[in-house]
Amino acid sequence: MNIPQELKYTKDHEWIRVEGSKAVIGVTDFAQRELGDIVYVEIESEGDDLDRGDVFGTVEAVKTVSDLFMPVSGKVIEVNEALEASPETVNEDPYDKGWMIKVEMSDSSELESALSSNDYKDLISE
Amino acid sequence: MKKTALYKKHIDLGAKMVPFAGYEMPVRYGSELEEHHAVRNSVGVFDVSHMGEFLVKGPNALGLIQKICSNDASILTPGKVQYSCLPNADGGIVDDLLVYMLREEEYMLVVNASNIQKDWDWIAKHNDLEAEMENISDNTSLLAVQGPNAINTLQKLTETNLSSLSYYTFTHGKIGFFEAIISATGYTGSGGFEIYVNNESAAQVWDEIMKAGEEFDTKPAGLGSRDTLRLEMGFALYGNDIDDTTSPIEAGLGWITKFSKEFTNSNNLKAQKAAGTKNKLVGFVMEEKGIPRSGYDILDANDNIIGKVTSGSMSPSLGIGIGLGYVETKFTQSDTIFFIAVRKRKLKAKVVRPPFYKA
Repeated sequence: MNIPQELKYTKDHEWIRVEGSKAVIGVTDFAQRELGDIVYVEIESEGDDLDRGDVFGTVEAVKTVSDLFMPVSGKVIEVNEALEASPETVNEDPYDKGWMIKVEMSDSSELESALSSNDYKDLISE
Repeated sequence: MKKTALYKKHIDLGAKMVPFAGYEMPVRYGSELEEHHAVRNSVGVFDVSHMGEFLVKGPNALGLIQKICSNDASILTPGKVQYSCLPNADGGIVDDLLVYMLREEEYMLVVNASNIQKDWDWIAKHNDLEAEMENISDNTSLLAVQGPNAINTLQKLTETNLSSLSYYTFTHGKIGFFEAIISATGYTGSGGFEIYVNNESAAQVWDEIMKAGEEFDTKPAGLGSRDTLRLEMGFALYGNDIDDTTSPIEAGLGWITKFSKEFTNSNNLKAQKAAGTKNKLVGFVMEEKGIPRSGYDILDANDNIIGKVTSGSMSPSLGIGIGLGYVETKFTQSDTIFFIAVRKRKLKAKVVRPPFYKA
Protein backbone atom coordinates (compact mmCIF):
# COMPACT_ATOMS: atom_id res chain seq x y z
CA MET A 1 0.00 0.00 0.00
CA ASN A 2 1.43 3.32 -1.09
CA ILE A 3 1.29 6.06 1.61
CA PRO A 4 3.73 8.85 0.69
CA GLN A 5 5.58 10.38 3.68
CA GLU A 6 5.29 13.98 2.54
CA LEU A 7 1.48 14.09 2.40
CA LYS A 8 -1.13 14.65 5.09
CA TYR A 9 -4.20 12.45 5.39
CA THR A 10 -7.76 12.37 6.70
CA LYS A 11 -10.02 9.72 8.19
CA ASP A 12 -12.11 10.01 5.02
CA HIS A 13 -9.15 8.55 3.09
CA GLU A 14 -8.15 11.75 1.38
CA TRP A 15 -4.63 13.11 1.05
CA ILE A 16 -3.47 16.72 1.20
CA ARG A 17 -0.34 18.11 -0.45
CA VAL A 18 0.46 21.50 1.07
CA GLU A 19 1.93 24.04 -1.36
CA GLY A 20 2.29 27.29 0.63
CA SER A 21 -1.22 28.62 1.23
CA LYS A 22 -2.66 26.14 -1.21
CA ALA A 23 -3.60 22.50 -0.78
CA VAL A 24 -3.93 19.84 -3.47
CA ILE A 25 -6.43 17.14 -2.54
CA GLY A 26 -7.14 13.62 -3.75
CA VAL A 27 -8.09 10.17 -2.47
CA THR A 28 -5.60 7.63 -1.15
CA ASP A 29 -4.36 4.42 -2.68
CA PHE A 30 -6.29 2.57 0.02
CA ALA A 31 -9.48 4.44 -0.95
CA GLN A 32 -9.17 3.66 -4.65
CA ARG A 33 -8.54 -0.01 -3.88
CA GLU A 34 -11.59 -0.16 -1.64
CA LEU A 35 -13.75 1.60 -4.22
CA GLY A 36 -12.67 -0.52 -7.18
CA ASP A 37 -12.82 0.75 -10.74
CA ILE A 38 -13.71 4.43 -10.69
CA VAL A 39 -16.01 5.26 -13.58
CA TYR A 40 -17.06 8.82 -12.86
CA VAL A 41 -15.71 11.79 -10.93
CA GLU A 42 -18.14 14.67 -10.54
CA ILE A 43 -16.75 17.93 -9.15
CA GLU A 44 -18.83 21.04 -9.69
CA SER A 45 -17.47 23.13 -6.84
CA GLU A 46 -14.85 25.16 -8.71
CA GLY A 47 -14.90 28.70 -7.38
CA ASP A 48 -16.90 27.78 -4.28
CA ASP A 49 -15.93 28.78 -0.75
CA LEU A 50 -16.39 25.67 1.33
CA ASP A 51 -15.93 24.74 4.99
CA ARG A 52 -13.99 21.79 6.21
CA GLY A 53 -16.30 18.74 6.00
CA ASP A 54 -18.42 20.12 3.15
CA VAL A 55 -18.94 17.92 0.11
CA PHE A 56 -16.86 19.14 -2.84
CA GLY A 57 -17.67 16.34 -5.25
CA THR A 58 -18.62 12.74 -5.77
CA VAL A 59 -16.69 9.74 -6.95
CA GLU A 60 -18.53 6.82 -8.50
CA ALA A 61 -17.12 3.32 -8.73
CA VAL A 62 -18.88 0.50 -10.57
CA LYS A 63 -20.89 -0.41 -7.49
CA THR A 64 -20.75 2.59 -5.19
CA VAL A 65 -21.18 6.33 -4.94
CA SER A 66 -19.02 8.22 -2.40
CA ASP A 67 -19.00 11.87 -1.45
CA LEU A 68 -15.72 13.75 -1.32
CA PHE A 69 -15.24 15.98 1.72
CA MET A 70 -13.18 19.15 2.13
CA PRO A 71 -10.29 18.27 4.45
CA VAL A 72 -9.64 22.02 5.00
CA SER A 73 -11.74 25.15 4.59
CA GLY A 74 -11.12 27.39 1.60
CA LYS A 75 -11.89 28.24 -1.98
CA VAL A 76 -11.73 25.60 -4.71
CA ILE A 77 -9.45 27.29 -7.25
CA GLU A 78 -8.78 24.43 -9.62
CA VAL A 79 -10.35 21.10 -10.58
CA ASN A 80 -8.57 18.26 -12.35
CA GLU A 81 -10.51 18.38 -15.61
CA ALA A 82 -8.66 15.35 -16.99
CA LEU A 83 -10.63 13.10 -14.65
CA GLU A 84 -13.81 13.79 -16.57
CA ALA A 85 -12.57 11.86 -19.59
CA SER A 86 -10.29 9.46 -17.70
CA PRO A 87 -11.68 8.73 -14.21
CA GLU A 88 -9.56 5.55 -14.10
CA THR A 89 -6.55 7.81 -13.52
CA VAL A 90 -7.61 7.88 -9.86
CA ASN A 91 -7.05 4.10 -9.72
CA GLU A 92 -3.82 4.20 -11.67
CA ASP A 93 -2.11 7.17 -10.06
CA PRO A 94 -4.05 8.38 -7.02
CA TYR A 95 -1.31 10.68 -5.62
CA ASP A 96 -0.22 12.41 -8.77
CA LYS A 97 -2.22 12.48 -12.00
CA GLY A 98 -5.33 11.45 -10.04
CA TRP A 99 -5.44 14.64 -7.94
CA MET A 100 -8.90 16.15 -7.64
CA ILE A 101 -8.93 19.77 -6.51
CA LYS A 102 -6.65 22.62 -5.49
CA VAL A 103 -7.81 24.81 -2.61
CA GLU A 104 -6.75 28.26 -1.40
CA MET A 105 -6.85 27.54 2.33
CA SER A 106 -8.63 30.05 4.57
CA ASP A 107 -7.24 28.62 7.83
CA SER A 108 -4.05 26.62 7.50
CA SER A 109 -4.10 25.85 11.27
CA GLU A 110 -6.71 23.21 10.37
CA LEU A 111 -3.83 21.16 8.98
CA GLU A 112 -2.65 20.50 12.53
CA SER A 113 -5.43 17.96 13.00
CA ALA A 114 -4.62 16.11 9.75
CA LEU A 115 -3.00 12.70 10.02
CA SER A 116 0.64 11.98 9.26
CA SER A 117 1.46 9.11 6.93
CA ASN A 118 2.24 6.94 9.97
CA ASP A 119 -1.06 7.83 11.64
CA TYR A 120 -2.88 7.05 8.42
CA LYS A 121 -1.08 3.75 8.08
CA ASP A 122 -2.24 2.83 11.59
CA LEU A 123 -5.78 3.87 10.73
CA ILE A 124 -6.10 1.62 7.70
CA SER A 125 -4.40 -1.36 9.31
CA GLU A 126 -6.91 -1.39 12.18
CA MET B 1 -21.23 -15.68 8.13
CA LYS B 2 -21.16 -18.74 5.87
CA LYS B 3 -18.34 -19.59 3.48
CA THR B 4 -18.53 -21.47 0.20
CA ALA B 5 -16.27 -24.46 -0.47
CA LEU B 6 -14.14 -22.13 -2.61
CA TYR B 7 -13.54 -19.53 0.10
CA LYS B 8 -9.84 -20.30 0.37
CA LYS B 9 -9.40 -19.98 -3.41
CA HIS B 10 -10.86 -16.49 -3.27
CA ILE B 11 -8.61 -15.44 -0.40
CA ASP B 12 -5.53 -16.85 -2.15
CA LEU B 13 -6.49 -14.94 -5.30
CA GLY B 14 -6.66 -11.72 -3.27
CA ALA B 15 -10.40 -11.22 -3.73
CA LYS B 16 -12.20 -8.44 -1.97
CA MET B 17 -14.79 -10.32 0.08
CA VAL B 18 -18.13 -8.82 1.05
CA PRO B 19 -21.07 -10.13 3.06
CA PHE B 20 -23.86 -11.15 0.70
CA ALA B 21 -26.99 -13.09 1.65
CA GLY B 22 -25.29 -14.49 4.73
CA TYR B 23 -22.17 -15.57 2.83
CA GLU B 24 -18.74 -14.06 2.49
CA MET B 25 -18.51 -13.70 -1.27
CA PRO B 26 -15.93 -12.30 -3.70
CA VAL B 27 -17.10 -8.99 -5.16
CA ARG B 28 -13.98 -8.69 -7.34
CA TYR B 29 -10.47 -10.13 -7.61
CA GLY B 30 -8.86 -7.14 -9.30
CA SER B 31 -10.75 -4.88 -11.65
CA GLU B 32 -14.50 -5.38 -12.02
CA LEU B 33 -14.31 -3.88 -15.50
CA GLU B 34 -11.66 -6.38 -16.60
CA GLU B 35 -13.73 -9.23 -15.22
CA HIS B 36 -16.74 -7.92 -17.10
CA HIS B 37 -14.84 -7.67 -20.38
CA ALA B 38 -13.29 -11.13 -19.86
CA VAL B 39 -16.79 -12.62 -19.81
CA ARG B 40 -17.99 -10.62 -22.80
CA ASN B 41 -14.89 -11.35 -24.89
CA SER B 42 -13.47 -14.64 -23.63
CA VAL B 43 -14.36 -16.45 -20.41
CA GLY B 44 -14.83 -15.76 -16.69
CA VAL B 45 -15.57 -18.08 -13.80
CA PHE B 46 -17.92 -17.19 -10.95
CA ASP B 47 -18.40 -18.98 -7.65
CA VAL B 48 -22.13 -18.76 -7.11
CA SER B 49 -22.32 -21.57 -4.58
CA HIS B 50 -24.36 -19.36 -2.30
CA MET B 51 -27.37 -20.07 -4.52
CA GLY B 52 -29.87 -22.54 -3.04
CA GLU B 53 -30.83 -25.92 -4.48
CA PHE B 54 -33.89 -27.95 -3.49
CA LEU B 55 -34.80 -31.40 -4.78
CA VAL B 56 -38.50 -32.15 -5.25
CA LYS B 57 -39.27 -35.81 -5.88
CA GLY B 58 -42.01 -38.36 -6.18
CA PRO B 59 -45.30 -38.78 -8.00
CA ASN B 60 -46.56 -35.43 -6.71
CA ALA B 61 -43.43 -33.42 -7.48
CA LEU B 62 -44.83 -31.90 -10.66
CA GLY B 63 -48.14 -31.17 -8.96
CA LEU B 64 -46.40 -29.17 -6.24
CA ILE B 65 -44.24 -27.28 -8.73
CA GLN B 66 -47.24 -26.43 -10.90
CA LYS B 67 -49.07 -25.10 -7.87
CA ILE B 68 -46.30 -22.78 -6.67
CA CYS B 69 -44.65 -21.70 -9.92
CA SER B 70 -45.93 -19.19 -12.47
CA ASN B 71 -44.45 -20.97 -15.49
CA ASP B 72 -45.81 -24.24 -16.85
CA ALA B 73 -43.41 -27.00 -15.77
CA SER B 74 -45.52 -29.71 -17.45
CA ILE B 75 -43.77 -28.98 -20.75
CA LEU B 76 -40.38 -29.91 -19.27
CA THR B 77 -38.69 -33.17 -20.21
CA PRO B 78 -35.62 -34.61 -18.46
CA GLY B 79 -32.64 -32.40 -19.38
CA LYS B 80 -34.61 -29.18 -19.73
CA VAL B 81 -34.48 -26.07 -17.56
CA GLN B 82 -37.12 -23.41 -17.12
CA TYR B 83 -37.06 -19.90 -15.66
CA SER B 84 -39.99 -19.35 -13.34
CA CYS B 85 -41.16 -17.45 -10.30
CA LEU B 86 -42.99 -18.16 -7.08
CA PRO B 87 -45.85 -15.68 -6.84
CA ASN B 88 -47.14 -14.88 -3.37
CA ALA B 89 -50.82 -14.52 -2.49
CA ASP B 90 -50.67 -10.71 -2.27
CA GLY B 91 -49.60 -9.90 -5.82
CA GLY B 92 -45.83 -10.01 -5.25
CA ILE B 93 -43.02 -12.49 -5.85
CA VAL B 94 -41.53 -14.80 -3.22
CA ASP B 95 -38.55 -15.50 -5.47
CA ASP B 96 -37.50 -16.15 -9.04
CA LEU B 97 -35.88 -19.50 -9.77
CA LEU B 98 -34.76 -22.12 -12.24
CA VAL B 99 -36.62 -25.44 -12.44
CA TYR B 100 -34.53 -28.39 -13.63
CA MET B 101 -36.24 -31.63 -14.60
CA LEU B 102 -33.53 -34.07 -13.49
CA ARG B 103 -35.41 -37.22 -14.43
CA GLU B 104 -38.98 -38.52 -14.29
CA GLU B 105 -40.56 -37.40 -11.00
CA GLU B 106 -37.45 -35.53 -9.90
CA TYR B 107 -36.80 -31.82 -10.11
CA MET B 108 -34.21 -29.38 -8.82
CA LEU B 109 -35.21 -25.83 -7.92
CA VAL B 110 -32.40 -23.27 -7.91
CA VAL B 111 -33.25 -20.25 -5.79
CA ASN B 112 -31.64 -17.01 -4.67
CA ALA B 113 -29.27 -17.26 -1.70
CA SER B 114 -31.04 -14.50 0.19
CA ASN B 115 -34.33 -16.39 -0.04
CA ILE B 116 -33.35 -19.98 0.75
CA GLN B 117 -35.16 -20.19 4.09
CA LYS B 118 -38.13 -18.09 2.93
CA ASP B 119 -38.59 -20.23 -0.19
CA TRP B 120 -38.20 -23.49 1.70
CA ASP B 121 -40.85 -22.45 4.23
CA TRP B 122 -43.15 -21.19 1.49
CA ILE B 123 -42.88 -24.37 -0.58
CA ALA B 124 -43.24 -26.62 2.49
CA LYS B 125 -46.36 -24.72 3.50
CA HIS B 126 -47.91 -25.44 0.11
CA ASN B 127 -46.83 -29.05 -0.02
CA ASP B 128 -50.17 -30.61 0.91
CA LEU B 129 -49.54 -33.11 -1.88
CA GLU B 130 -46.61 -34.34 0.21
CA ALA B 131 -43.98 -34.37 -2.47
CA GLU B 132 -40.58 -35.36 -1.13
CA MET B 133 -38.40 -32.28 -0.52
CA GLU B 134 -34.69 -32.03 0.20
CA ASN B 135 -32.55 -28.94 0.68
CA ILE B 136 -29.12 -29.73 -0.81
CA SER B 137 -27.88 -26.12 -0.77
CA ASP B 138 -25.19 -26.69 1.85
CA ASN B 139 -23.65 -29.63 -0.04
CA THR B 140 -23.80 -28.15 -3.51
CA SER B 141 -21.30 -25.85 -5.19
CA LEU B 142 -22.11 -23.93 -8.33
CA LEU B 143 -19.55 -22.54 -10.78
CA ALA B 144 -20.73 -20.32 -13.60
CA VAL B 145 -18.29 -20.51 -16.52
CA GLN B 146 -19.43 -17.73 -18.81
CA GLY B 147 -18.38 -16.18 -22.08
CA PRO B 148 -17.71 -17.18 -25.70
CA ASN B 149 -14.69 -19.30 -24.72
CA ALA B 150 -16.51 -21.13 -21.92
CA ILE B 151 -17.25 -23.99 -24.29
CA ASN B 152 -13.62 -24.25 -25.44
CA THR B 153 -12.44 -24.24 -21.85
CA LEU B 154 -14.86 -26.84 -20.56
CA GLN B 155 -14.76 -29.12 -23.59
CA LYS B 156 -11.18 -30.03 -22.63
CA LEU B 157 -12.45 -31.40 -19.33
CA THR B 158 -15.46 -33.44 -20.35
CA GLU B 159 -16.57 -36.13 -22.78
CA THR B 160 -20.01 -34.57 -22.97
CA ASN B 161 -20.45 -32.90 -26.33
CA LEU B 162 -21.06 -29.38 -25.10
CA SER B 163 -22.04 -27.95 -28.47
CA SER B 164 -25.03 -30.29 -28.43
CA LEU B 165 -26.38 -28.61 -25.30
CA SER B 166 -28.74 -25.87 -26.37
CA TYR B 167 -29.61 -22.89 -24.16
CA TYR B 168 -31.61 -23.93 -21.11
CA THR B 169 -30.78 -27.61 -21.34
CA PHE B 170 -28.42 -29.65 -19.17
CA THR B 171 -26.91 -33.07 -18.79
CA HIS B 172 -25.39 -35.25 -16.08
CA GLY B 173 -21.72 -35.54 -16.94
CA LYS B 174 -18.21 -35.26 -15.65
CA ILE B 175 -15.78 -32.40 -15.32
CA GLY B 176 -12.43 -34.11 -14.99
CA PHE B 177 -13.11 -37.03 -12.66
CA PHE B 178 -16.01 -35.38 -10.92
CA GLU B 179 -19.72 -35.93 -11.35
CA ALA B 180 -21.47 -32.73 -12.34
CA ILE B 181 -24.63 -31.28 -13.71
CA ILE B 182 -23.56 -29.33 -16.78
CA SER B 183 -26.15 -26.73 -17.60
CA ALA B 184 -26.21 -24.39 -20.60
CA THR B 185 -27.53 -21.49 -18.56
CA GLY B 186 -26.21 -18.29 -17.03
CA TYR B 187 -26.92 -14.77 -15.89
CA THR B 188 -24.54 -12.86 -18.15
CA GLY B 189 -25.92 -13.00 -21.70
CA SER B 190 -22.56 -14.13 -23.07
CA GLY B 191 -23.29 -17.84 -23.17
CA GLY B 192 -21.53 -20.54 -21.22
CA PHE B 193 -22.36 -23.09 -18.61
CA GLU B 194 -23.27 -23.51 -14.98
CA ILE B 195 -21.64 -26.48 -13.28
CA TYR B 196 -23.19 -28.05 -10.19
CA VAL B 197 -20.83 -30.25 -8.16
CA ASN B 198 -20.49 -31.56 -4.62
CA ASN B 199 -18.63 -29.31 -2.21
CA GLU B 200 -15.90 -31.95 -1.91
CA SER B 201 -14.96 -31.62 -5.59
CA ALA B 202 -15.47 -27.86 -5.95
CA ALA B 203 -11.87 -26.76 -5.37
CA GLN B 204 -10.43 -29.31 -7.80
CA VAL B 205 -13.04 -28.52 -10.44
CA TRP B 206 -12.25 -24.80 -10.03
CA ASP B 207 -8.53 -25.50 -10.50
CA GLU B 208 -9.11 -27.64 -13.57
CA ILE B 209 -11.29 -24.99 -15.19
CA MET B 210 -8.75 -22.26 -14.46
CA LYS B 211 -5.97 -24.37 -15.93
CA ALA B 212 -7.99 -25.35 -19.01
CA GLY B 213 -8.84 -21.70 -19.55
CA GLU B 214 -5.29 -20.39 -19.34
CA GLU B 215 -4.93 -20.07 -23.11
CA PHE B 216 -8.14 -17.99 -23.13
CA ASP B 217 -6.96 -15.77 -20.30
CA THR B 218 -9.75 -17.00 -18.04
CA LYS B 219 -10.41 -14.72 -15.12
CA PRO B 220 -12.11 -15.42 -11.83
CA ALA B 221 -15.04 -13.01 -11.73
CA GLY B 222 -16.90 -11.64 -8.74
CA LEU B 223 -20.38 -10.48 -7.86
CA GLY B 224 -19.58 -6.96 -9.08
CA SER B 225 -19.16 -7.96 -12.71
CA ARG B 226 -21.99 -10.46 -12.40
CA ASP B 227 -24.24 -7.53 -11.62
CA THR B 228 -23.09 -5.31 -14.51
CA LEU B 229 -23.30 -8.27 -16.91
CA ARG B 230 -26.86 -9.14 -15.92
CA LEU B 231 -27.94 -5.51 -15.98
CA GLU B 232 -26.69 -5.07 -19.56
CA MET B 233 -29.06 -7.90 -20.46
CA GLY B 234 -31.93 -6.38 -18.48
CA PHE B 235 -32.22 -9.50 -16.31
CA ALA B 236 -34.17 -8.78 -13.13
CA LEU B 237 -32.38 -9.15 -9.80
CA TYR B 238 -34.46 -10.28 -6.85
CA GLY B 239 -34.31 -7.72 -4.07
CA ASN B 240 -33.71 -4.90 -6.56
CA ASP B 241 -36.09 -5.18 -9.50
CA ILE B 242 -38.51 -7.74 -8.15
CA ASP B 243 -39.55 -8.50 -4.58
CA ASP B 244 -42.46 -9.45 -2.30
CA THR B 245 -44.41 -6.40 -3.49
CA THR B 246 -43.85 -6.37 -7.28
CA SER B 247 -46.11 -8.41 -9.51
CA PRO B 248 -44.66 -10.60 -12.25
CA ILE B 249 -46.91 -8.79 -14.73
CA GLU B 250 -45.59 -5.32 -13.92
CA ALA B 251 -42.03 -6.72 -13.78
CA GLY B 252 -42.31 -7.83 -17.41
CA LEU B 253 -42.35 -11.51 -16.43
CA GLY B 254 -45.64 -12.18 -18.18
CA TRP B 255 -43.74 -14.54 -20.49
CA ILE B 256 -43.11 -16.91 -17.56
CA THR B 257 -46.63 -16.48 -16.16
CA LYS B 258 -48.79 -19.10 -17.84
CA PHE B 259 -52.52 -19.14 -17.23
CA SER B 260 -52.95 -22.57 -18.80
CA LYS B 261 -52.98 -23.90 -15.21
CA GLU B 262 -53.78 -22.67 -11.71
CA PHE B 263 -51.08 -21.46 -9.33
CA THR B 264 -50.75 -19.13 -6.37
CA ASN B 265 -52.69 -15.94 -7.07
CA SER B 266 -53.18 -16.90 -10.74
CA ASN B 267 -56.71 -15.50 -10.93
CA ASN B 268 -55.64 -12.07 -9.74
CA LEU B 269 -52.59 -12.03 -11.98
CA LYS B 270 -54.71 -13.03 -14.96
CA ALA B 271 -57.09 -10.16 -14.29
CA GLN B 272 -54.09 -7.85 -13.90
CA LYS B 273 -52.65 -8.95 -17.21
CA ALA B 274 -55.97 -8.29 -18.92
CA ALA B 275 -56.51 -4.89 -17.29
CA GLY B 276 -52.91 -3.71 -17.50
CA THR B 277 -50.86 -2.44 -14.57
CA LYS B 278 -50.41 1.12 -13.36
CA ASN B 279 -46.62 0.81 -13.37
CA LYS B 280 -44.16 -1.29 -15.32
CA LEU B 281 -40.51 -2.18 -15.09
CA VAL B 282 -38.69 -0.48 -17.91
CA GLY B 283 -35.14 -0.26 -19.20
CA PHE B 284 -33.49 3.08 -19.91
CA VAL B 285 -30.16 4.51 -21.04
CA MET B 286 -28.76 7.85 -19.95
CA GLU B 287 -28.71 10.53 -22.62
CA GLU B 288 -26.50 12.73 -20.42
CA LYS B 289 -23.37 11.91 -18.49
CA GLY B 290 -24.30 10.38 -15.16
CA ILE B 291 -24.97 7.05 -13.51
CA PRO B 292 -28.41 6.00 -12.31
CA ARG B 293 -28.52 4.14 -8.99
CA SER B 294 -31.11 2.09 -7.18
CA GLY B 295 -33.50 4.39 -5.28
CA TYR B 296 -33.12 7.49 -7.47
CA ASP B 297 -36.38 9.17 -8.49
CA ILE B 298 -37.57 9.14 -12.10
CA LEU B 299 -39.17 12.44 -13.14
CA ASP B 300 -41.23 13.72 -16.05
CA ALA B 301 -40.40 16.98 -17.84
CA ASN B 302 -42.38 18.92 -15.21
CA ASP B 303 -40.44 17.40 -12.28
CA ASN B 304 -43.30 15.14 -11.20
CA ILE B 305 -42.07 11.88 -9.73
CA ILE B 306 -43.23 9.14 -12.10
CA GLY B 307 -41.13 6.24 -10.82
CA LYS B 308 -38.02 4.92 -9.14
CA VAL B 309 -34.79 3.33 -10.31
CA THR B 310 -34.38 -0.28 -9.09
CA SER B 311 -31.01 -1.10 -10.69
CA GLY B 312 -28.45 1.19 -12.25
CA SER B 313 -24.82 1.23 -13.22
CA MET B 314 -22.33 2.41 -15.73
CA SER B 315 -22.44 -0.18 -18.52
CA PRO B 316 -18.85 -1.38 -18.99
CA SER B 317 -19.63 -2.57 -22.53
CA LEU B 318 -21.38 0.62 -23.65
CA GLY B 319 -19.63 3.21 -21.52
CA ILE B 320 -22.89 4.94 -20.54
CA GLY B 321 -25.30 4.80 -17.63
CA ILE B 322 -28.06 2.18 -17.90
CA GLY B 323 -30.84 1.20 -15.54
CA LEU B 324 -34.10 -0.48 -14.77
CA GLY B 325 -36.96 1.12 -12.89
CA TYR B 326 -40.69 1.15 -12.34
CA VAL B 327 -42.55 4.00 -14.01
CA GLU B 328 -46.16 4.78 -14.83
CA THR B 329 -47.15 2.66 -17.79
CA LYS B 330 -47.69 5.62 -20.13
CA PHE B 331 -43.94 6.32 -19.92
CA THR B 332 -42.84 2.84 -20.96
CA GLN B 333 -42.92 3.11 -24.76
CA SER B 334 -39.51 2.79 -26.43
CA ASP B 335 -37.77 6.14 -26.98
CA THR B 336 -39.87 7.91 -24.34
CA ILE B 337 -37.76 10.57 -22.64
CA PHE B 338 -37.82 11.00 -18.86
CA PHE B 339 -35.34 12.20 -16.29
CA ILE B 340 -33.33 10.69 -13.47
CA ALA B 341 -32.73 12.73 -10.33
CA VAL B 342 -28.98 12.17 -9.84
CA ARG B 343 -28.12 14.01 -6.63
CA LYS B 344 -28.90 17.69 -7.31
CA ARG B 345 -29.21 17.28 -11.06
CA LYS B 346 -31.93 16.12 -13.42
CA LEU B 347 -30.46 14.05 -16.23
CA LYS B 348 -32.16 12.98 -19.43
CA ALA B 349 -32.78 9.27 -20.06
CA LYS B 350 -34.44 7.33 -22.86
CA VAL B 351 -36.57 4.21 -22.63
CA VAL B 352 -34.94 1.23 -24.33
CA ARG B 353 -36.13 -2.31 -24.47
CA PRO B 354 -33.38 -4.56 -23.03
CA PRO B 355 -30.99 -6.14 -23.70
CA PHE B 356 -28.95 -2.94 -23.64
CA TYR B 357 -26.00 -4.84 -25.07
CA LYS B 358 -26.24 -7.40 -27.86
CA ALA B 359 -23.56 -9.99 -27.22
